[in-house]
Amino acid sequence: MTAETAPFRPIVPDSQPANDTPSYGSTHLRHPARPALRIPQSITETTGPAFSAAQFPPMADLSVPNGKQAQGERIIVRGRVVDENDRPVPHTMIEIWQANAGGRYDHPGDQHDAPMDPHFHGGGRVFSDADGWYQFTTIKPGAYPWRNHHNAWRPNHIHYSLFGTGFGQRVITQMYFPGDPLLALDPVYLAVPDKAARERLIAAFDIGVTSPEWALGYRFDFVLRGRRATPTEQA
Amino acid sequence: MPVATANQTIGPYWHLIEDPTWADLTRFGAQGETIVLTGTVTDGGGNTVADAAIEIWQSSPPTSDSFPAFGRCRTDAAGAFRFTTLKPNPVAGLGNARQAPHVAISIFARGLLVALTTRLYFQHEPLNETDPVLALIEDAARRDTLIARKTADKSWHLDIRLQGDNETVFMEF
Ligand SMILES: [Fe+2]
Repeated sequence: MTAETAPFRPIVPDSQPANDTPSYGSTHLRHPARPALRIPQSITETTGPAFSAAQFPPMADLSVPNGKQAQGERIIVRGRVVDENDRPVPHTMIEIWQANAGGRYDHPGDQHDAPMDPHFHGGGRVFSDADGWYQFTTIKPGAYPWRNHHNAWRPNHIHYSLFGTGFGQRVITQMYFPGDPLLALDPVYLAVPDKAARERLIAAFDIGVTSPEWALGYRFDFVLRGRRATPTEQA
Repeated sequence: MPVATANQTIGPYWHLIEDPTWADLTRFGAQGETIVLTGTVTDGGGNTVADAAIEIWQSSPPTSDSFPAFGRCRTDAAGAFRFTTLKPNPVAGLGNARQAPHVAISIFARGLLVALTTRLYFQHEPLNETDPVLALIEDAARRDTLIARKTADKSWHLDIRLQGDNETVFMEF
């Protein structure tokens, strides 16, 4: 693989949430009050870490973490990682974490009174293939309450972390499920200003990904920030 | 053309993907000047931020099988993080400019819908005086929010303030 060093294109307006989002209570004391300093893109911004499956072993089936099947509705998630130039991003690492089928994380900080599942942990890792495709198996995570406001519930979601080919492509996001009535009430989801950008966080049910007698399938694609065509500097 | 996927908060339960060994960037046998970077994260109320993921990335020394040039560390109950890595060298900047040795830092946390990014520079580094990014910050007190102070031989410390008095200079590009 050759290292890509062309600078990144500007972020599309309204496609990303603002950290100053008053409806999400935890932002109040954590968002910077001053505007960010705009810096030129140097080698530090245009390049990034490279993760190999040898040093960072894949864990592509979250539904059987210890040889026994997790409780819940088994699902397959499949999709493609591309950039804003519509080029596949091959061999890139995707980190995955989520709650169990009852809406509880295997985490000491989660005190939601829902059952733990001894056969579910909720952490995974996959790599895209040479054409940018990735796939993993898990169980559908449950919704959970989160005390942001009265009767606040997070919609069913899976967390993802991707690195791409440069520091400017780093993204951490959440994937939602189609038809979830909680989406219209969720300050985290609604923090993305552009409606179309928000809705791209919702996976699509896909009968082609669905495995007969085994698991429902969902399609979810990632788009990473695109690079400029030529390595001209952009402040 | 497609538009880049929106970010969403890392939330309070990201530790499900945590591997504490990632805080040591020398763990694959990297050779060079090993240094320790420590720091803290506090919010606009002066409270410690105890659930953040701190990531560092450095364009120098270059990535190799023995040096990932990338690390991740949680903030603990005191809001503190600690990395072991190799000291970066100066790298090229725009035109003829040389950049002072620096480490890129990303902060992910509950309450942050998008990562905050900043840079760590090293106290007493002569190139800090001419670094093209530091030069963009007119207020010397603001510039100082990026300079890690030397606390011992081969050890530096940086306090990151998300909001309020002495707020860290965060960056976008
Ligand atoms: Fe979550």
